[in-house]
This record gives sequence, structure tokens and C-alpha cells, in this order.
Amino acid sequence: MSDLVLLLVTGLGLGALYFIAASGLSLIYGLMGVLNFAHGAFMTAGAYAGWLTMDALPESWPTGSRLVLALLVAVVVGTVIGVVVEVVLIRPLYRHHIQQVLVTVGLSLAGVAAAQGIWGSDPRPVDKPVWMTTTSDVLGARLPNDRLVYVVAAVALFLGLMALLHLTRLGLVIRAGVENRTMVEALGINVRRTFTVVFAIGGAAAGLAGVLYSQYAGAVSPAQGGSLLIFAFIVVVIGGMGSLPGTAVAAVVVGLVQQLANYYAASGVGDLSVVLLLALVLLLRPTSLKGAPA
Amino acid sequence: MSEERAIHDATPEVQPRPVLSLDDVHVRFGGSHVLQGVSFDVPSTGVTALLGRNGVGKTTTLKAVIGLAPRSGRILLQGREIQQQATARIVRAGVGYVPEDREVFGGLTVDENLRLVDPDLGVDAPVVAELFPDLVKRRGQRAGTLSGGQQQMVSLARVLLRDNALLLIDEPTKGLAPKLVTEVADVLAEVARTTPILLVEQNLPLVRRIADRVVVLDAGEVVHRGAAADLVADVELTRELLGVSMRREGAA
Amino acid sequence: MTSSTQTPPAVRASTGGPDSPDGPAGTQPRSSRARVLLRAIPALVVVAVLAYLPYVAAELPGILPGRVNGPGSMQLLATCLVVGGIALSYDVLFGRTGLLSFGHALFVAAGSYLLTISLSTWDLPLPLAVGVALGLSTLLALAVGAIALRVGGIAFAMVTLAFAQAASIVVMRNPGGLTGGEEGKPLDRDALPGLLVGVSNAPYRYWLALGFVVVAWVFVSLLVRSRAGHAMAAVRENEQRAAVLGFGTYRVKLMAIVAGSFLGAVGGAVHALVLGGSNPHLTTSEFTLSLLVMVVLGGAGHRWGGVLGGVLYTYADARLVEVSNAGFLHSLPEVVRQVLSQPLFILGAFFVVVVYFAPSGLTGLGGRLIRRAGTR
Repeated sequence: MSDLVLLLVTGLGLGALYFIAASGLSLIYGLMGVLNFAHGAFMTAGAYAGWLTMDALPESWPTGSRLVLALLVAVVVGTVIGVVVEVVLIRPLYRHHIQQVLVTVGLSLAGVAAAQGIWGSDPRPVDKPVWMTTTSDVLGARLPNDRLVYVVAAVALFLGLMALLHLTRLGLVIRAGVENRTMVEALGINVRRTFTVVFAIGGAAAGLAGVLYSQYAGAVSPAQGGSLLIFAFIVVVIGGMGSLPGTAVAAVVVGLVQQLANYYAASGVGDLSVVLLLALVLLLRPTSLKGAPA
Repeated sequence: MSEERAIHDATPEVQPRPVLSLDDVHVRFGGSHVLQGVSFDVPSTGVTALLGRNGVGKTTTLKAVIGLAPRSGRILLQGREIQQQATARIVRAGVGYVPEDREVFGGLTVDENLRLVDPDLGVDAPVVAELFPDLVKRRGQRAGTLSGGQQQMVSLARVLLRDNALLLIDEPTKGLAPKLVTEVADVLAEVARTTPILLVEQNLPLVRRIADRVVVLDAGEVVHRGAAADLVADVELTRELLGVSMRREGAA
Repeated sequence: MTSSTQTPPAVRASTGGPDSPDGPAGTQPRSSRARVLLRAIPALVVVAVLAYLPYVAAELPGILPGRVNGPGSMQLLATCLVVGGIALSYDVLFGRTGLLSFGHALFVAAGSYLLTISLSTWDLPLPLAVGVALGLSTLLALAVGAIALRVGGIAFAMVTLAFAQAASIVVMRNPGGLTGGEEGKPLDRDALPGLLVGVSNAPYRYWLALGFVVVAWVFVSLLVRSRAGHAMAAVRENEQRAAVLGFGTYRVKLMAIVAGSFLGAVGGAVHALVLGGSNPHLTTSEFTLSLLVMVVLGGAGHRWGGVLGGVLYTYADARLVEVSNAGFLHSLPEVVRQVLSQPLFILGAFFVVVVYFAPSGLTGLGGRLIRRAGTR
């Protein structure tokens, strides 16, 4: 029983990371039809920004407060990168979806290579607050605290985004834009400004995901963002391409499946089981997936 | 009523500056040349109907005006060039656009659909209560669950929340039952008292009822301009230009 | 460049326009075989020159490592050619059919690893090993394509990437010592004909690579002229319309995936023979992305585009490291030098520039320049 609780919570923690990584991707795709391949590079940038921040702050500070500052810096860096990429690279290619994907592909290759050039391709260890390395007793299971942090962060992000979507004017425009961008413009609303905001939100979420994932992995490395991105893609596809609640459910399912498969089958089977899950979903309920042509 | 209009229009009057002028407008999609030098004016009052067979470029003409089709040539709104401007700016400059097939936001409520245009009032705007009382009752309903006629009302209502210099309305009665066609026509006639309309419409009896002038397109070019009554009265001309018999349409 | 004298297929297909009754088929003049031969002459000259290179002993300092026919240069050129052919195979999907797949590496890697495993672990004779590698790779393409095509557009790209990633994970895990994990798996030298083994036989591996490019090029040329090729072009130009014209778009796309993957698997097998084994880099998403970059750089949907892009990309990837040691860079700040020392950074940035300013790729650019010069 306690094993199962432990598995469920660790799986949930992983799913939380996947949701944070996928949420920005899903929002951007939903509104703009852009597959942001550079999202992985955004996450890597966030991870390195956080790592550098923690390194730069005095050792005497508690690791926890350094981590909080690192998160803030990573979110700001992610936001700035998102805005710059949207304004400089994506906007001029408006309506050319394939070219937009290509540009983000080039960006992700160049971004990872740049990180490799500057910091090397080997993982660099990151400091982890002691509390996050320990466990708490819940229902007889000793639950790792860091997973709880990821879950809290993901829930906060989810609620924040849902509030944004349903309680604000910006959210109304985004929801309308996800349905029919052209018509939003034909009602006299400047959707492009919304695009920039959504890219900023996506970048911020990517920065957050980058730091939390480096905490999970215990290190930063240039390829980190890319490997997280693939799971984020799977989550976005299973979740229905652009639906935030769908993305959240899919992230939890993927995290749980991965963790359970790793435990009950063999270590490493989890990654594969996720791809199998994707194949199953595609085979069984293809109509629920809004795989609209670009 | 249509008789009166016909007489009124037949006498040439001193027209003020047209609200919209198209001058040699071309639209190309990929390899096909959809509009091949379209020129006409929309006067600042009444309804101008844009007619023609299927696929001659009527919808494309509206989209060219609103900036949803890649266009070249000159388009003047109240004397100012708009052919370079983005859609949202043209709309804010006073052009309301009601697209073919309504294109309401199905996942949003009626009120949210309207609040996109008017964040403060939405369905509480006076014009909605006046012209579309049914929508006020359905304010919380998702637009996707409305009937076609109700969706058309949402589509019309949301452009009327703005002050428009001109309305572009594309086949508002397409697929509607006769009773609803009448309702839509009543709304259009009411709106036309204050705002000029460029209307794409296949339903000739409706055109006869509310339109003052007609512009007929064929294969991407203007082939006829004149008073609505003249065209409608000339059975041969109607058949030649539109490929339909007015009598048969009217009897149906 | 023979290509400049001929309408690129993308243009040819779209001139029909959505309203013209004749489809993309039937626009090809069938009259003169002589003209076709005439057009082939420059290609034949290029192939002849390339085939002669192993006899050239000259040194090209800064361009090739050592003598042109030295083992270093031969190996580099052979790799460039193989990857050029593989890029051409990817263009069957991307440029010819409009399928944005991020999973092509999967089939290339399948061809490579299945050949290596067949020879080194299962001890099959070479012809049988090739048959097994290509057969299984094609079956894999059929299965993966059939599932991934249940979604379209961008989702298809994401799904194919996920499948390729699954394969990458399997290869890295080294199940049962089959794939060699991160180290890769070497070919069993004893299982190969003597001509393909050893430093002194580098020219033979080079000719093998050249042969593959020629075969791939002919394969793609014949494919795009066939009925299937016209259907692919129709799907690329306008999927809905292609469906209206009676092409089963699902089958056309699946056919393109299988054909392109088969060719990619051949490329993977040749890659293994040229490099003496299978390298896990072939399975990575980075390799898939670089295929996309190559095709766009060269010119998607262009008969030379994939080959040119693949050759240039591979060459640049191998040689840009040398450039980063060049003297003029030493005056630059440390960080800039570190970044510029990464060939992928330069290639990625250059790629972004190409997408913006030369969306039809280098062949498109070249063709445009030649045409402009010709009209004066």
C-alpha cells in the first residue's frame, strides 16, 4: 500500500514537471498554430539561468532562498526570450507555419550548441535544498519532498492559467483565438499582441520547468531541455493539442504510466511505455485529437 | 415598398462621397487569379448588393476589403487608402464584417462572443436588447449550441456593438428557414437606415426587398452596375448575369 | 545546374491552379528522349568527376585533410555523400509530399543497426543481412507510418519524433548487448568483402557511397515522375483537393513514408559499411532535425536539393571545427569563441537565415541567379 502511494506521488511529481513543460507549448500551439521547437532550448536557458544565479549568490544563504531567486530569474529570462523570439523571429513569418517550425528548429539546434560551447556538454551538478532531498511521512509512505514541490508548482500554474483564461479579457481573446484566430482579427482585435503575451507566458513556464527539472535531475546539461521537450510533445498530443485541462490530465497519466512501468516492469521501460501509450491513444481515439493540418 | 425605392433610385441624385471605393482590385491565390481588376463604389447610404454565380469572387471581394485576402489595387474607405492595412485596423476604422457561415465562437457563451467586441456591456448593450431580444435570454448559452438563425444573430449583433461606417455582410440567410430569412431581412433593413451595407446575397427576393443598388461579378470582373429594381425587373438580364430565373426563384 | 532550365515540381504542380481541370499529371512532355539525355549530361559529368577523385593525389589545403585520395579525405567525402543520399530520402517525405516528419532518423538507424546486428551478432551472410535490414526497416516504416498518419500536420511531426525517440532509448539501453549502447556497434570485419575493409580500401567505400547517391537520385527522379509521384505532389499542394481528385491521401502519404524510409534504410546500411559500424548518433532527434535542416538548406522538393544540402551540411559540420581554431578568432571574447567553436551553432543560425531570406534553399537561390543572368 505504502509502495503504491509512493509510486503514485512520484509519478504525480513527474507528471507535474511534464505539465509545466507542456503548458506553454500547448497554449502557443492552440492560439498560434506554432509548434515551438525551441521550447526545449527555452527550458535549457531557464535551467542554466537558475544554475548561474544559485552559483552567483553567496554560499552563506540558505539553499532554499537561493533556489527561489533562481526560479524568479529563470522565469524572467524565459519571459524575455519568449518575447524576443516571438517579435523577432516568429512574427515576420505569420501564417507560414512550416517556416515558423523550421526557425524554431534552427534556434533549438543553435541554442543547445551555444550552451555546449560555453558550459560544455557534461552535466553540471546543482545545489538542492536539504529539505527537498528528504521525505515526509504521509499515509505510512515516505514521500520525497521535491515531488511535492513540483506538484504544488504545477497546480499553482494550472490554476493561474485557468484564471487567466476564464477571468480576464486577455483570456477571452486567447480562448476565442484558439477557436478561430482569423475571426478574432475580423472583429477588430489585435491578435498579434496576444501572440507576444502568450509567447511570454510560454517562455516563463519554460523557465520554471527548466529549473525544476534540473532540481529533479540534480544537474544542468545542454541536452536536458530537449529530452523533456519530447515528453512535453507526447503530453500535448495526448491532451488534444491546445486544451489546457487536456494537457493537465495527459501529463498526470504520462507521469503515472512511466513511474508504474519503471517499477513493475523494469527500470527504463517507463520511457518506452509512454510512447506505447501515445501509439495506443492514436489508434483508439484519433477523432479526439485536433491534429489540424498546419 | 420596393416600388418606391425603385423610383427613388432611378432618378439620379447628387451622391456624396462613396463610403467605399474599389479601384482595379486584384486577388491572387497561389496560381489562380480570383479577382481581375474589380472597380466599384459603395455609396454612403442604403444597401448595395454584390451578386453573381457561385465562385465568381463575391466573398473574395469582401475579404479583400477587410484584409483577409492578399490584394493589390486601391481600396478607399471614406477617401483613405486601406489596402495596406491589417484586418484589425480596418475593422477599427469602421468596417464591420459578418462572414459567410457566421463563424461564431462555439465554445464561448453568447455574452462572451459579444464581450470580445464590447468588453463592458456585451449582451447588455442597448442595440442587442432592441434588435436581438432572444440573445439576451440566451446570454449564458454556448454559441456552438445555438441554431443557425440564432448564430447569425450573434454574428450580426457583435459587429453592431461598434460604430460602423460600413458593414460587409456575406450571405446572412444561407441555409436559414424562410421565417428566419424574414427576420434577418428585417434586421438588415433596420440597420441599413443608419449604416451603408455591402451585401453578398443569393436570395433574389431578399435583394429586391432591401437592396438599392447591385454590382454583378462574373469570373472576377464587374459585369453590371445599376439600380436593384432595374435588374430584378429585367428577367432576361437576370438570367444572363446570374444564371437564374427570377420567376422560378420568386415562386419557390 | 541542369535544374535551372526546368520548372521545379513545386511550381509545375501549382500552375494548374485550383480551378484548372488538368491535374499535375500529364504536363510532362514525353516527346524527346534526346532532350532528357541532354539534360542528364551535366549530372553525368558531375558523377564522372566524383568517381575519378580517388585517382587525384593533389592536396587541397584547408579544404580537405591531406591528399584528395588519402584515406582521411575519402572517408570525409564518402560520409558527405551518404548523408546527402539520406537527406534526399527524407525529401521524399518533406519536400515531395509535404510531410513534416521528425522521425526519419528512426529508419536510417534501423537500416544501419539491423545490418550491423545481422552481420556481427546473427552471423548472416552479407546479401541476407542486407535483405533482413531493408525488409525489417520497411516493415517498421509501414507500422510507424500507419499509426502516426492518424494525425496530421504539426501533430504528425510530434508523434514521429516520439517514435524515433523511443528507438533512440532502446539503442542507448543496449538490450542484451545487441546495439552496443552509447559506444555504438562495430561491424564484424570478417563478415565483409575484403574491398570494404581497411584504411587502404577507403576509395572503394567512397565509390560505394557515390553509387548509393546515384541510385537514390535515380530512384527519387523515377518516383516523382510516376503516378505515385504526381499523387504525392497533389497531396503536398492541397490535401483536400487531392482527396477530391480521388487520391486516397492516407495511402499516398503512407506510400511516401515507406518509399522514403526504404531509401533511408539503404542509406543507413551504406552508412554502416562506410563507417565500419553503427553509431547511436543516427538515432538521435538531433540527427532527424539535421536532415530537415539539410533538405531546407539545399532546397526542399528540388532534385538536387537534398543531396547538396546533405553534402554541404556534413562537410561544414566536420570542417567548421577547424575554422574555429583559425587565427582571426583569437581576438574575439572568450564566450564568442566558445559559441563559434560549435559547428551546430553556426549551422543552426545559418539555417534560420536561409529560412528567412532563401526559403527555396540554395538550389532555388542558384536557379534564380542563373535565370536572372540568362534573361539579360
